[in-house]
Amino acid sequence: MNAPGSGRSNLGSRRLMQRIAFSLVWAAGSLSVLILLIVVGYIVAKGLSSITWQFITTPPRGGISGEGGISTTIVATLYLVVLTVGIATPLGVGAGIYLVEYAEAMARKSRIIRAVVSTARFGVETLAGVPSIIFGLFGYALFVSSMHLGFSLLAAGLAGACLILPVVIRTTEEALKAVPVSYRNGSLALGATRWQTTQKVVLPAAIPGIMTGIVLSVGRIVSETAIFYVTLGGSYRMPTSLLSGGRTMALHVYYLAMETRAFDKAMGTAAILVISIIIINAVINLFSRKLSARIGA
Amino acid sequence: MRTRFIVDKSVGYFLMLMALTSILAVFLIGFFTLREGLPAISEIGLGRLLTGSVWRPGLEEFGLVPMIAGSVLVTIGAAILGVPLAIGCAVFLAEIAPRWMSNIVRPAVELLAGIPSVVYGLFGMVVLVPLARKVPVAGNSGFGLLAASAVLAVMILPTITNISEYAIRLVPREYREGSLALGTTRWQTITRVILPSARSGIVAAIILGIGRALGETIAMIMVIGNSVIIPRPLNANPLTIFLSQARTLTGNIAVEINYATGIHESALFATGVILFVLIMLINSSARAIMRERTR
Repeated sequence: MNAPGSGRSNLGSRRLMQRIAFSLVWAAGSLSVLILLIVVGYIVAKGLSSITWQFITTPPRGGISGEGGISTTIVATLYLVVLTVGIATPLGVGAGIYLVEYAEAMARKSRIIRAVVSTARFGVETLAGVPSIIFGLFGYALFVSSMHLGFSLLAAGLAGACLILPVVIRTTEEALKAVPVSYRNGSLALGATRWQTTQKVVLPAAIPGIMTGIVLSVGRIVSETAIFYVTLGGSYRMPTSLLSGGRTMALHVYYLAMETRAFDKAMGTAAILVISIIIINAVINLFSRKLSARIGA
Repeated sequence: MRTRFIVDKSVGYFLMLMALTSILAVFLIGFFTLREGLPAISEIGLGRLLTGSVWRPGLEEFGLVPMIAGSVLVTIGAAILGVPLAIGCAVFLAEIAPRWMSNIVRPAVELLAGIPSVVYGLFGMVVLVPLARKVPVAGNSGFGLLAASAVLAVMILPTITNISEYAIRLVPREYREGSLALGTTRWQTITRVILPSARSGIVAAIILGIGRALGETIAMIMVIGNSVIIPRPLNANPLTIFLSQARTLTGNIAVEINYATGIHESALFATGVILFVLIMLINSSARAIMRERTR
């Protein structure tokens, strides 16, 4: 109908077509912003009224009334963040360093190592796609039951660490790849070993990028519900050791919404979650800006 | 002099072990879910599990068809609502948006990806379910496929948008310039040149979005109603099937795992194995498609 080349006669209709199509595409872009504003706006507006100092500092009272505050859930969330990030960061950063700095050089020498490297890469890719309920099932079978850790922070933390491990590895890889090769060549040419180069030259330059991954992981753990629903037990009492159960803020929102009528408290907790995620995203953007500034310089 | 080379070498092997923790985790996940699911698979049989239409653990009936139907339908619903929006967003960000606007849209999409699923679920419960309840059809509770699809559509938007935008940006500049030089409008260039060349990347993006949709758990439990039924239209209009309640495969696992015992528990693990294999297949086919593209 209006194939290019059929002359000027249809230029008007083609332009009209474009105008309509562009408005639709603009609408799609704007709609995504609108959806965000509605969801965040609604939750924060409805939740803000129940957020008081008392709400944050008193424990939930339990039962179907949903009365009380959220202090114990904040503590449980923080414990889990520390635990999962503490487990996943060293492993993930180490794995990232290996895949970017060592894998190629080592794989060149032996076929077995080449197979090992591609297996490791496959592992990262697969783990990144596993849905959280499967991590939950796995955590339940291995940590809660087989290892007799029970519904506990430790069991949940180990399962949660699996969730964020690929996040840490991937962001570490990205951060290392962004460091110019000339840095490495300069250091290697001075006679430094690969490890000395990594440790003293490459890693310091990649720190903001690696931090991004860690902050991103914190966000994932704060948001996660399914894994902890299956492995944490849901007790609203203050966790006293690694082996006590608990409930995170996200889990508390779920219990309040599904098992009580205290929607105002659920909204308040959800508002705190959303605000934390907004702060986390802002921090990530700050880090990545710092990173691009550093690489650009 | 020599020690630092020994250190370098041993650090290399040590880091290699760390790089293998992911595959170890994948292996352990596969091993333990399979081990727990095996009794159900051997006792009930994979065929009866996948084709049985009644799920009544008390009577030892373990048919997954209601949950399979629920998962498939809600994913279709989410794709119908979410895919056009997500690809529209990607085209907008990659081709059309002025800088000030993409500086708003891109962080917004990023934030949509970060919002916890329990928050989406809560929003669905208090806003979308009452809205869906307004549709005047007998038996419509508001909880069901429609509200769940709407929630899920927003949840898969960031995945599809990000990967599609990336695919569109990979299309070489010369394609655009060549097409525009022939006198096409920008829109014709987008639909006839750019989108076809980015097609495989966009297909991969949609497949990954579907994978995410099938794996979503908490938000689905909160809005889909969780009745163990094969969704059917509520009246003569076939579209009212979306007002029916349903239960997803993931929701079934989460709702029942904490009190299930024996063969019931094993059947839930078997469901997990099926889901794990399905999502692995989906994700690796998406990756294969993307690799083809970059080659």
